[in-house]
Parts: sequence; C-alpha cells; structure tokens
Amino acid sequence: MITQDRYAEVFLEMIRRAATQLPEDVVAAVRKGRDREEEGSLAQKALDTILMNVELGRKQSAPICQDTGTPVAWIHHPVGVSTRVIAKGLVDAVQEATKRQYLRPNAVHTLSGKNTGNGSGNGIPFLHFEEWDRPEVEARVILKGGGSENVGAQYKLPDNRLQAGRDLEGVRRVLLDAIVTAQGKGCAPGTLGVCIGGDRVSGYEETKRQLLRPLDDTNPIPELAELEERVLREGNELGIGPMGFGGKTTLLGVKIGALDRLPACYFVTISYMCWADRRAAVRLSAGGEETWLS
Amino acid sequence: MAELRLPVSEEAIRKLTVGDAVELTGRMITGRDAAHKWLVESFREKVAPYLKDTVIYQCGPVVRKNPDGSYDFVAAGPTTSIREEPYEADVMCRYGLRGVIGKGGMGPKTSEGLQRCGGVYFHAVGGAAQVLAHAVKRVERVFMLEEFGVPEAMWVIDVEKFPVMVTMDSHGGSLHTEVEAASREKLQELLGLEG
Repeated sequence: MITQDRYAEVFLEMIRRAATQLPEDVVAAVRKGRDREEEGSLAQKALDTILMNVELGRKQSAPICQDTGTPVAWIHHPVGVSTRVIAKGLVDAVQEATKRQYLRPNAVHTLSGKNTGNGSGNGIPFLHFEEWDRPEVEARVILKGGGSENVGAQYKLPDNRLQAGRDLEGVRRVLLDAIVTAQGKGCAPGTLGVCIGGDRVSGYEETKRQLLRPLDDTNPIPELAELEERVLREGNELGIGPMGFGGKTTLLGVKIGALDRLPACYFVTISYMCWADRRAAVRLSAGGEETWLS
Repeated sequence: MAELRLPVSEEAIRKLTVGDAVELTGRMITGRDAAHKWLVESFREKVAPYLKDTVIYQCGPVVRKNPDGSYDFVAAGPTTSIREEPYEADVMCRYGLRGVIGKGGMGPKTSEGLQRCGGVYFHAVGGAAQVLAHAVKRVERVFMLEEFGVPEAMWVIDVEKFPVMVTMDSHGGSLHTEVEAASREKLQELLGLEG
C-alpha cells in the first residue's frame, strides 16, 4: 500500500517539474512560431524572451511564471485504493511546493481576502478521480494560470451575432470570436481547450482535460481533427500575435472534445491556456515505484 | 535597446512612443489589485515617495526570505493590467507616477491619464518570470506584506536592464487598440460578416 507520505513525495516532484519545465512539445511550438515572425519585430522579441525564460526556469528549477496557477489533477487508481489518502498526499505536496517556492502562495480566502499562505485552500488543488482496471496509480497535473483563466468563455448556440448555428461551422465561428475577444490578455500564444456539448459544469471540466493532450497529437475523431487544424490556422491569421503585439503566432494549439448534451442545450466551452502550458504526469506501481510520463 | 533610468522626468517619458523597446534601470515598486484599491482610498504618505517619478510594476512575485531577513525575487512576471483600469489613472496623477508595467494593455481612462499627467504603459512579456526576476537586483523594502500577503504586497525593488516595450504612450497611441481593430476586421472577413 502506498502511504500518504509517499504520494506527497512523488507529487511534490510532479509539481516541481510542471512549474519549472515547459514540456518539449510546447517549447517546439514556441520555437516554430519564433522562426515565422519578422526579424526584429516585437513579436519575435517576445518569443525570444519566452524561450530564454523557459531555459532559465529549467536550469534553476524555478517557476517559469510567477502565477503558478491552480493545480488541477486527474488521478486514475485501481480498485480499493483510498482516494482520500491520495488527495491528502497531493495537498501536502502543494503545501511543500509552496514552501520551496516552486509554487506561489496562490490561494486567497474569498470572503476575508486573506491569502492562506500555504498554496492550498477550499477547492484548491482541484482533483478528479477515476477508477480503472490497471494496478497502478496515474496522476496528471496542469498548472492553470489566472490571467488566461479570466479569458475563458462559454457560448451557447445558436448565436445570432456571430451567425453561429448548432454545427461545427457554428463552433468554428465562436472559437474565432473567443480568440479575438481574448486578444493577448491570456498570455498569447495560447492553446485552446474546447468542449462541444455537455452542461455548464462538465463543459469546463472537459476543456481542462483537453489541455492534457500534447500539442503535436492528432484528434482521433476526424472531423474534430480537421476543425482543430482549421481554427489553429485561422486563429493565427488574425494577427494578434504574442502578447497581443501583432504577429503570426497567436495560438500554439487547439484541442477539442465533445460531450453529449441535452436537446435544449448546445454549449461551446473554452479554456484558454497561456503559452506557459505547464503539465506533468507520473505513474506509481502498486509497490510505489514512480515512472515519469510525458 | 534604449536604456531608461529611474526615477525619470516627465520630459523623458513624453519622448517615448508606441513600439519602443526599452531597458529600465533604477528603483520601482510593485502593486496589483489590493494595492491599487488601497492607494486610491486615501493618500498613503508612507508609500508616496516610492511612487513619485518612477513606475509601478503590476506584479505578484514569488519571494524567498533569506535567513538574514532580506528578500529575493524568485519569479516575477507581470499580471493582467486591465483589472486596474478603474484606479491606474488616479494613482498615476495623484502620486506622480511616470508609468506602469503590466501586460495586456489598458483602456481609455488610463490612456487619458498617461496623456494628462505624462506617463507611459510599458508591456513586459507575460509569464517571463525568470528573465524578469533576474533583472531585479535587490529588494529594498516592502509595504503591506502582513495585510496583503506576498503577491499583493508593495515591494520596492532595484532593477537593472529590465526589458519592456512601450505599447501605450503619452500622445494617445496604443498598440492594443490598433491590434484589436485589425484583428476584428480580419474576423469579420473570416466569418463573412458585415463590419
């Protein structure tokens, strides 16, 4: 049986990796954007600064961004494993990571306005548990920054202003509108996590889960793969650019999932992930041995 | 890249225009949501000299406290500026600030304040917390740490070659307005809608 302390130890390392090391696929996408921008432009300067920043974070084991975000974790576990023990291990890890400055004390008591000081709070970190048939425990975490969270959006179709109906063309239209509304404020170039369908809760949850996907994967559903590619291309034609300075690199990725819906509802929900698209994942064998996942 | 020393005169600030890339060296102060609200509620004499003729950095840093009681900035990128739109022009004109550092740009009230009182909006690269923390050479002192907590406290810092871009100037120019207008036009085109 894996103890709370063992979970805490492994999850601390998972959080450290997420906060200080930008995944390779994200770095590659930033670099590609950088090479497309005009030589000497503000856009290119911004992307150069980002690449330099990513290097520094990795080398010094220090947070890439000072807004270390909300830790959102998805945990798969075998039958009979206590999810409470895992949850406590993760809270311990968040508190220790805050003590070691991998995370900023990022939880504020909403009514008093007081910072809890230790990185955890009511609803922070946010956890999803799912039982599976495998013997291992697998944890995946994203650190979701607040600036980008503020530019998330939920549309309901049809939308008359955008002439968006209840079909994939309607989805495309609201996604492009969301990108323009966000401008550079979510720390462009960003990645869109999108959910078509679901309700107002499950939609947002699915958008976050979509953000676990590597940027260079292909959606297994062909029409969604096509839509992802098209919105990525057209999003980058909007000219918003890194930080909203203007330029060709507005988005790094678009990831779309679909949930079933009620006949009356057709939501399109969007989470905007900043360029600091921080994630990490680990698998723990029944004996507690860890394997790092990409 | 041009270097700009802080404190800075109104004359020097009015020479800057949208698109200038600048490196700042000298003393500045951080302040975000709680600080801005607090600064306009009444005139804060203790902090006022640290705002005069310098810039306020909208930043909630990660800070390490050293055994000798001193502090270091561990990560320190800009936060989203638009939340301070109701306050910034008032803070600027009342305390004699010469500029703001943030990200995402600000609105018409701030632009009007920049023109009237002589200031600019500097955009730092959002999320570049390491590059920017490295430009912070010393933490001189801190205000309201107990009351506001680490991210919201007002940290007085010495910076060297702190990289920023002018995206709003004292002549009414705003890169954000330009980019937004152009992208909205492109959106209308992609969606086949009338402007």
